[in-house]
Amino acid sequence: MNGYINSVQSFGAVDGPGVRYVIFMQGCPLRCSCCHNPDTWDFSKDQEVTPEDLLSKILRFKSYFGADGGVTVSGGEALMQSEFVTELFTLCRKENIHTCLDTSGCILDEKVKNLLSVTDLVLLDIKYTNEEDYRNYVGCSFEDVLEFYDYLEKQEIPTWIRQVIIPTKNDDEENISRLKEIISKRPKCTKKVELLPFRKLCQPKYDNLNLHFAFGDIPEPTPEKVKELQKLITNRHAD
Amino acid sequence: MYECWKGFKEGKWQNEINVRDFIQANYTPYEGDSFFLAGPTKRTTELMTKLNTLLTIEKQYGGVLDIDTTTVSSLTSYKPGYLDKEKEIIVGLQTNRPLKRGVNPFGGIRMARQACEAYGYKLSDKIEDEFQFRTTHNDGVFRAYSDEMRLARKSSIITGLPDAYGRGRIIGDYRRVALYGIDRLIEEKKKDKAHIAQDESMNYATVRQLEELFQQITFLGKMKEMAAMYGFDISQPATNAKEAVQWLYFGYLAAIKEQNGAAMSLGRTATFIDIYIERDLKNGVLTEEEAQEIMDDFVMKLRMARHLRTPEYNELFGGDPMWITEAVGGMGEDGRTLVTKNSYRVLNTLYNLGSAPEPNLTILWSESLPENFKKFCSKVSIDTDSIQYENDDVMRPHYGDDYAIACCVSAMKVGKQMQFFGARCNLAKLLLLTLNGGYDTTSGIHIGPQKEVMADEILDFDKVKERFDEYVEWLMKLYVNTMNVIHYMHDKYAYEKSQMALHDTDVERFMAFGVAGLSVITDSLSAIKYATVKPIRDENGFIVDFETEGEFPKYGNDDDRVDLIAKDLTHQVITELRKTPTYRNAIHTLSVLTITSNVAYGKKTGATPDGRKKGEPFAPGANPMHNREENGALASLNSVAKISYDDCRDGISNTFSITPDALGKDDESKVDNLVHVLDGYFHQKAHHINVNVLNRETLMAAYEHPEDYPNLTVRVSGYAVNFVKLSREQQREVISRTFHERLA
Repeated sequence: MNGYINSVQSFGAVDGPGVRYVIFMQGCPLRCSCCHNPDTWDFSKDQEVTPEDLLSKILRFKSYFGADGGVTVSGGEALMQSEFVTELFTLCRKENIHTCLDTSGCILDEKVKNLLSVTDLVLLDIKYTNEEDYRNYVGCSFEDVLEFYDYLEKQEIPTWIRQVIIPTKNDDEENISRLKEIISKRPKCTKKVELLPFRKLCQPKYDNLNLHFAFGDIPEPTPEKVKELQKLITNRHAD
Repeated sequence: MYECWKGFKEGKWQNEINVRDFIQANYTPYEGDSFFLAGPTKRTTELMTKLNTLLTIEKQYGGVLDIDTTTVSSLTSYKPGYLDKEKEIIVGLQTNRPLKRGVNPFGGIRMARQACEAYGYKLSDKIEDEFQFRTTHNDGVFRAYSDEMRLARKSSIITGLPDAYGRGRIIGDYRRVALYGIDRLIEEKKKDKAHIAQDESMNYATVRQLEELFQQITFLGKMKEMAAMYGFDISQPATNAKEAVQWLYFGYLAAIKEQNGAAMSLGRTATFIDIYIERDLKNGVLTEEEAQEIMDDFVMKLRMARHLRTPEYNELFGGDPMWITEAVGGMGEDGRTLVTKNSYRVLNTLYNLGSAPEPNLTILWSESLPENFKKFCSKVSIDTDSIQYENDDVMRPHYGDDYAIACCVSAMKVGKQMQFFGARCNLAKLLLLTLNGGYDTTSGIHIGPQKEVMADEILDFDKVKERFDEYVEWLMKLYVNTMNVIHYMHDKYAYEKSQMALHDTDVERFMAFGVAGLSVITDSLSAIKYATVKPIRDENGFIVDFETEGEFPKYGNDDDRVDLIAKDLTHQVITELRKTPTYRNAIHTLSVLTITSNVAYGKKTGATPDGRKKGEPFAPGANPMHNREENGALASLNSVAKISYDDCRDGISNTFSITPDALGKDDESKVDNLVHVLDGYFHQKAHHINVNVLNRETLMAAYEHPEDYPNLTVRVSGYAVNFVKLSREQQREVISRTFHERLA
């Protein structure tokens, strides 16, 4: 099955462990107000690839992966093309390449479960910690994400939880303590929690696409603030 | 056995001049971490503060602190000079005062005169008179240059040629002074001379060699005299670590007093010195702190080395670099690493003395290097942006395990090989010359095969390539012959007596050619092949610009369709060069290296089919053009890695700049990730990489407020520079260069 991608980044050092080849899938059902890749939203089919072709490109970078690195599939929303990603990850595993899925966790069907069976690490974005914010700023139900997370726990699939810290939206201790609680209920799969600063370098992308950047007026958090919140999350899940 | 060799393992090295054998028999590989390292002592910090003050004044004076306009620089022509006589551990300056520059007119009197005048001095009548009756290298070259050679130079199709200054890129084996002492070296040279006189017939080559040997012996004697002026007797071998460094440095000092060569590299000395340090540590006569202090003091001396250059030269190369390249690390042929504790100490000088471009510390990287050392180097890169990496695994098979790097990327066996430096030809300009039938629109000069301007409405790849091949054939022949003239004259009028005295008598020579504008011509040919390129003509019918429509693959994206154009071009160039014999049967080699002159080359080159406008800078070295990469940093590295080292034995330079945030989330993963990048790149047989880990914002701030960033060091093509010493134009070019950053 063919896939539709937005772009690739041959040197990803911040989406999963080690040096990674990152593939950005095209198309996303969500419309996060903080999204930094609005160019991946629509389901355009400009760049079509076969899993085999993509693998041969990935193999050109295998010498950089070392013991930790590998492939990360991000988006868009990779779960929308789960069959394609499953084929790609299956091929990668045959080549001993570590597979990592960066997702919102908004879908969990049989196809997605197949994909998770060939995924070595999930980067699960928990964008907010309540239903209301998910409805307002994401476009799906928080329940769906928690169901996805429960499945990861049940299957014990190594998972890093990531949250983008957005001033005035989720940069309060209350949110962090809710996040901690959510995580503490899923101790077997959760290996790490990463808080990431909300960034606005993507503003030109919105301008080019003639789209409104909903959070364009919100300031970026200070590095100190993110560090302070990160401290509140115990690192006992770190492996 | 000499008393001074006590404690060393015996070997062949005692009976012949063989430093490698000494190293192999005696060195102690080190695979541990960096925690043993000592910080700067109070003495070191005080001395460095003093030097920093002088460096600040030098900068305030426009880049030159002082010039001695009445003395011709040589080994013994100045009284001893000191930074601080009481405090210095290693002594010796080029002139009688720190940072004061001597005059060296042997390469060319005009250059010396202009350099003096540019800084408000006047070359003394005494020297002017003296050189009225002397032929300089520059005089000799211009006596023999053909009209076509002059035009090639004037039109800048070949440029940067060492025809008006010292050619450099020769590395004396300065370690020999420490290991054997001068008397033994003289004795061996005398033996060689006697053998040649007895066994060889007196043809031109033999007579030349006999005269050279005479000069070498004379200058070995002068080295002794020079050291004696500082109160040292270097006729015998060094007896301890401090003396070993001092003796070695005297060898180097003699070289830079005698020659103002463009690149005056140090060689591969750290592991050699380590043997002496280990012996002293073992004997309890030296502490780790004292060992580091010796290395710190040595490096401080190297940072004070200066040559008098014209402002134009400084503008071309970003300050006044001397390319004092020290090769560090690497693996031995027997599989043991050549990393020693002193490999760490020399890198540690960047912490103890602060970042600096000199000496040009170059890591010989191998996948087999100890992991601890790899990580330490990575950390030093991230912290200082002051070191570069070259692939030991591709060089060792050619040069063994006792080679060093001259200038930026040129490998040679220490004391056994040398090179005739040959700057570079401009391939992008050659393409334009091809299209215009032998007319250079920027200089207005007719040169090369004279033909009609290509008349096509849309450029046809096969037709362009066919004609281009003919121009390559023409230029490469001219290039070799021009170099032959230059190096004949350099040998005749500015022979490197001190440096060659520290080589084997029977030395192997390279002739190092170079290309500039590789990524520009590669993308241009790709555009002609895959897109539609319509030439735009001026009123005389010459092609001066292009309209390029449609997509074409661009070098830097790991796309074979275009990357192989670059690879094939370098193969074509070296193949053509090899067809013309060289002076002294030197081996033809090729580099893809521009130093910082990529800006100057661009200035002199018209618009190109890849979309580059007239006068815009080229990418440096083998780098892809700015902002043409679509798949990120590693794809760009993969493209460069395809250029074959077998074709480019003089080196393939690549500069890699990345923001700290893009390299990883925390300090540990940044260090690890950079190690992976280096391993992955070199695994593909790539040759060289400069690494900068810094923010564009830092460079912008330094551009606006240079006074706040006096020591900001950045790697450019094959060496490091003080960012603030670059011209404004070069600074802008560095800032605009692709930074690998990406949204988290």
